[in-house]
Amino acid sequence: MNIPQDLKYTKEHEWVLLDDGVAVVGITDFAQSELGDIVFVELPSIGLNLKVMEPFGSVESVKSVSDLYSPVSGVVADVNTRLTANPDLVNSDPFGEGWMVRIEPSEMSDLDQLLTAEEYAEYIGAEQA
Amino acid sequence: MESIAREKLKKTPLFDRHVARGAKIVPFAGYEMPLSYDGILAEHRRVRNAAGLFDVSHMGEAEFRGGEAASFLEHVTSNSVASLGPMHAQYSLLLNRRGGVIDDLIVYRLEDRFLIVVNAANIEKDFEWIASHLSPDVDFRNISDDTALLAWQGPKAAAILQPLVDADLARIPSFGMATARFGTAPVILARTGYTGEDGFEIFCANRDAPAIWDQLLDAGEPQGAGPAGLGARDTLRLEKQYRLYGQDMDETVSALEAGLGWVVKLDKGDFIGRDALVAQKKAGVPRATIGLRVTDDARNIPRPGYEVVVDGEVAGEVTSGTFSPTLETGIALARVSKKFADVPAAGIRVRNKDARAARVAKSFV
Repeated sequence: MNIPQDLKYTKEHEWVLLDDGVAVVGITDFAQSELGDIVFVELPSIGLNLKVMEPFGSVESVKSVSDLYSPVSGVVADVNTRLTANPDLVNSDPFGEGWMVRIEPSEMSDLDQLLTAEEYAEYIGAEQA
Repeated sequence: MESIAREKLKKTPLFDRHVARGAKIVPFAGYEMPLSYDGILAEHRRVRNAAGLFDVSHMGEAEFRGGEAASFLEHVTSNSVASLGPMHAQYSLLLNRRGGVIDDLIVYRLEDRFLIVVNAANIEKDFEWIASHLSPDVDFRNISDDTALLAWQGPKAAAILQPLVDADLARIPSFGMATARFGTAPVILARTGYTGEDGFEIFCANRDAPAIWDQLLDAGEPQGAGPAGLGARDTLRLEKQYRLYGQDMDETVSALEAGLGWVVKLDKGDFIGRDALVAQKKAGVPRATIGLRVTDDARNIPRPGYEVVVDGEVAGEVTSGTFSPTLETGIALARVSKKFADVPAAGIRVRNKDARAARVAKSFV
């Protein structure tokens, strides 16, 4: 299970990369593996205001549908439109081409609440047991 | 708590094969079973286009011997055992006295005995029910723990299997069966399955299952065949509108409401559940099971429990729903009040909006 060290994580299985003050968000390798083949990703409109842990979209696999939760409060700055035609990028490259949204955080302190790679590894280890 | 529960889960004789192939293992009906190997979509397509190998050893098997076996099965199952010739199989139901479905099953008639295959989750319940109605002249034996079952399904299944067995597969019709040797292993080959494709279910002893698994995959993989898990089994059966016990029917749903009247032979003489179904047929069947195919936005995938809406009225709910890999849109079975049984179209409430869906009789694909 791939858990990059330089990212932050939520208990809802999103990852966050802080890129020049903007939070890039996707779902983890563990999440895509649990979901299986992803067939649709529903993403928000650019400019949408989100509160921390507010649902901003959903990801649907053959087996199930799961909500996506915003790891930070802020404004949606960009969405990965490639996922409309190629939702399987989330399966094949969850931490890269499968990214979902870029959020301009309004509360940088939200980022302090996120899990480190070690904490996330421990969390999913516990969930898998 | 969960870890304790997991330790009690049973493994099939092929468990190590699934792990070796990196399968995603899930608890299912008391067993640790493979959900998928390399993705439900790929496994689904391999069954439709080539062949897929399923481990269904979790399912329950029992044998019936003795002069009264046929008449006993006639009494406890809904289809006509009298019309079942030797070395043939039929889909059938165990019904309760209200006509509700205790389980769906396949009844196989061999030369010297009957064999039934029931859902894994219902083994205990079914066999207690059967035992409680048993006549003393019938020898009933639960062979579930000694029997492995592989389903080898797809348009290339027969051609790949033929060189590996000593039976002439061309002589086995759909729902026919044969005893054979797979290498040195004694097997029963039945031309049955749950995918809607041609294929065989292969009964064997637990100890022989791993070698049979390996040989089928070794022979099949160069031709695009491979393993397939429970996830693909579900999408494959739903594309054909095959019912799944526990979702599309249960003891509170009558066989007629489940749309399974075609395996209920009301004119065959008395059997458990018959009186209730005759009465229900006369009075009108309160609910119907219909197939729905999403026609607007393919992102609207129906899931069990979603409401079905007709002209603003809740008509019923989805019992099985998924994304169809073949049609690339949502498909569902839904149970609706009888007045909606013939609607040409309906809405399915997916995340607070109504997806448009067309009713499809019989198979979606």
